[in-house]
Order: sequence, then structure tokens, then C-alpha cells
Amino acid sequence: MIEQVENPIIEVHDLTVSYDKKPVLWDIDLTLPKGKLIGIIGPNGAGKSTLIKSMLDLVPQSSGFVKMFDQDIKDIRNQISYVPQRESVDWDFPASVLDIVLMGRYGKLGFFKRPRKADKEVAIDSLRKVGMENYLHRQISQLSGGQQQRVFLARSLAQQADLYFMDEPFAGVDAATEKAIIQLLKEMSSDNKTVVVVHHDLQSVTQYFDWVILLNTRLIASGPTNKAFTHELLEETYGGKLTLLTEVADLLKQNELPNREKKVNK
Amino acid sequence: MNAFWIILTGSLVAISCGLLGCYLVLRKMTMIGDAISHSVLPGIVLAFLISGSRDSIPMLIGAGLLGVLSTFLIEFFHRKGKLQTDASIGVTFTWLFAIGVILVSSYTGQVDIDQDCVLYGEIAYVPLDLWITENGINLGPRSVYISGTVLLIIITFIWLGYKELLITTFDPALSVALGISTTIWHYLLMGAVSITTVASFESVGAILVVALLVTPASTAYLLTNNFRKMLYISAFVGVLLSFGGYYLAVWLNGSIAGAMATTGGIIFGLAFIYSKNKQRILQTNPTTASDQINRSI
Repeated sequence: MIEQVENPIIEVHDLTVSYDKKPVLWDIDLTLPKGKLIGIIGPNGAGKSTLIKSMLDLVPQSSGFVKMFDQDIKDIRNQISYVPQRESVDWDFPASVLDIVLMGRYGKLGFFKRPRKADKEVAIDSLRKVGMENYLHRQISQLSGGQQQRVFLARSLAQQADLYFMDEPFAGVDAATEKAIIQLLKEMSSDNKTVVVVHHDLQSVTQYFDWVILLNTRLIASGPTNKAFTHELLEETYGGKLTLLTEVADLLKQNELPNREKKVNK
Repeated sequence: MNAFWIILTGSLVAISCGLLGCYLVLRKMTMIGDAISHSVLPGIVLAFLISGSRDSIPMLIGAGLLGVLSTFLIEFFHRKGKLQTDASIGVTFTWLFAIGVILVSSYTGQVDIDQDCVLYGEIAYVPLDLWITENGINLGPRSVYISGTVLLIIITFIWLGYKELLITTFDPALSVALGISTTIWHYLLMGAVSITTVASFESVGAILVVALLVTPASTAYLLTNNFRKMLYISAFVGVLLSFGGYYLAVWLNGSIAGAMATTGGIIFGLAFIYSKNKQRILQTNPTTASDQINRSI
């Protein structure tokens, strides 16, 4: 089930990526619509992170091409924001929350130029959106996992991009942070921003995403959540892994029954 | 006056090393710094043999090229040969340094680059090597000019590339996504380390350069959570160890380079004890800790 769209914001054509001659992504061909909250789903080692990294030209492509806004990535980096996995940086780095969020402005500044007052205001405003405005001068080593993720998100917001890529933003964060983040992502997508999220918690997929990409080295599916997130396609994505399959069965049952958890939350 | 020139030269070199050392420590690349400080030797000797003079500019260029080459070789063996980084560093720099040692011993032994100078530095002789113009005006020791110029280059480099160096150090993936090349800044930084080691060669020698690159920066890392302050503290520790080293050497009547590195170690030890105590107080006294956090908000 691979649904192609008209006027795509991202177009991936025949993309293959390999590490040491072993393919991590094989012949990916997809188009993604504008203004949607898009989830990339698949088992460990399926190439989820690699897919967004290769879209952003952070890892070399063996074949194929990627276009965003119908242009080459190098020409439109200013319109794109990337949130790496939280563990990819050293949180003992001697820097404050504000220092980190200001890095989101670096792409707009150009060589030699220092962040100005206006950049600082954008950074503080971004921190306000993630509920971290009181932590401006806090050392990043003193933050909890959820707070670190919020800082990363604020840095991404400070880039004022149109297209966002996020690698596992919900990994190791508390429930309150997860809720706050998804709220924010939904607001962003209603502002016509496109958000692509690497995600591995199957339970929340139907609540979070408008569009899903099912990936396991090959592309299994890409389409609106109600069409692509089906039992058969998930089985195909996760292979014969029994425990996972029962999880998926449970999940589908949950979807058929009224969702009690949602009511409690309200 | 001699003491002044020696301490000044030592300080200039130590500040350059201390500033760059901050980046090396945070990039977890201090051993690459060590490797570069050794592998620039053949570059210096070849520059000397080709140009036929002890002019600093060919030497800086030669050292810069060899430093970047050794960084490249380390990466190359690691990536293409699947060799561990530390093994790759070990192979590369010993090999290049050995070539340098052969060149020094067989071609330049009779001139003023000799093995002792290269290995241990001769900061004590700094006041003897004066820069005297054709009119006979004494401008002071040449080393001061060389290490002063190098320091100026390093400060300009960090000042211009401050945010690029910071972001490529903290989050390479983001910087590439923003269009800031990590490769270019990596090699620029390694080039800067290379030319700094040229200045250090004359004063503290190849063996102890790494002490100047790592010790002040590590001390600063323990004492602050602010990167800008880390640069300042590291530079200050560099000056401190030049002073301390000189007077320790005079008192013991021993090697100045050795005394400088020893002083650095002592300063580091004190900083370590201080930072551990600070942590312990914060941990055993949770009210003070939370008070401090509240105040900082």
C-alpha cells in the first residue's frame, strides 16, 4: 500500500542506502503530503533513522534522489529543521539551555555573525512554547530526560522551518512531556508545517499521526493512517515476531473497542 | 629579564594550547592532539631542509600540512581499514614521528634543530636567540614573536569561527543539517593545533606539548559549566603553570618544561579535589542544592 500524492513536499525516488555494502534501505520510493504529521514505523534496525538522515543528506546515498519543495536539499536547508536523537549529544557539555536553543539560529546567521537580540527573543519564545522559559540559564547537565527533549524541540522551533524531522522525540521522556510534545506537533501541523517523526510505540500511532510510513529495509506502506496502519501490513513489517504480533493484535482490538484511556484523560 | 622572556614565551604557548585544548577535550580528541604534536616533526624538518633556513613561515606551513595529513591518515585507517581509533592514532603518529627523528639525526644534526630540542624543548635558551635588525636594534627573543603570532592566529580563528566550532563540537548532526560542514571545521581545527605545536616545540618539546593541550582545558572543564568561561580559565591556567613552572625549575635547578607540566598536574589535582568537594556538599545538603537551583531560576 504505497499512496503517492500530488505536489508532494518530499519526494524520495529509488533511494538505496548501505553501510559496508549491506543495504539498510532498499529502493525506497515515496511521496509525502504537505501539512501532515507523519510517523515512520518499523522494528529495530529497520532503517527508520537512516531514512530521515539520508533524506537530509547526512548519510551518503548509494542510489536514488530526494527532493524537498521540489528542490535539492542543499538549496533549502533554511526551511528544514532536524532534531537528532537525544542520546546523540553529550549532555555534560558546558552550556546553558539558552546556548543550545540559540544554535537553532546559526543556520540563518551566516559566517562571522553572532546571534543578536532578535535571535535571543526567538529562542526565548521557542522555550516558552515547550514550557521551559524558566530554565533559560540552567546548565544542560542538570536537566531530566524530558526536559532535554523539550530543549531540543525548542531549538528546532527556533529554526522557524516549514519541514521538521524528528528522530525518536518520545524516547525516554515522561508522560507529561510526551503529551506536551504531541500537542505542540499537532499545532504545528495545523499551521501547515510538515512534521516527520521516527516512532516506535505502536500503541499511540493512530492517535498521533495523520500519515504513516511502514518500513523494514524495504518500504512496506506509505499512506493515511487509516489505510496504511492495518493488521496485514504490520505483520509484513514486523515479520514473524510472535510477541510483537500479539501486541499488534491487542492494539487492533483496542481500536475496535471504545478507547477508555482517552476518556480518562479528558 | 631572562625570567620575563621565558615566562612570556611559556605563557603565550600555553594560552594557545589551552584555548584549542578546550575543543579537543569536548570533542574527546585529546589523543589526536597528542598525535599531531608528534607527527608535525617531519614537516618542520622538511620545511627546514627545503627552505634552508630557520624561518618560521615555511615551518608553520610544513607543520600545518603534516598535522592535517596525520589527521587524515588516522581517519582513513579507522574508516577504511576498520581499525580502532586509538590503534589508528598509535600507528600513524609514531610512524611519522620516527621519520622526523631519522631526518633530524641524519640531515640536520649539525645545525640548531637537534633531537634534544625537539623532544624536551629548550625554553631556557629563549633569551639567547634574539631578533636583531640590520641596524643592530635588539627586538627581543625570536620565540616571543613566533608564539605571539601563533596566539594571534588562534584567537582570530576562534573569534571568527566561534559559533561554527561550538556547534560542530556539540552536535555534528545538527550542524550538517544546517549546512555547516563538520569536515572543514575539523580540519581547520587540526591545522590550528598543528601550527600551535610548532611554537610549542621550541619551548616545551614534543613530549610535553600534550600536557599544555590537555591539562589546562581539563582543569577548566572541572571548574565551570560555561563554555566561554572554560576558554578563559584554560588560558589563565596556562599562564599560571608558566609562572609556577619557571620558579619551580629555578628552585629545583631542573628542566623548565618538566616543571611547567608538573605545575599543570598540581593545578589539575587541586581543581579536581575542589570540584569533588563542591559536588559532595551539594549532594549531602539537598536544601542548599535546591536553594541554589531556585535562585538560578
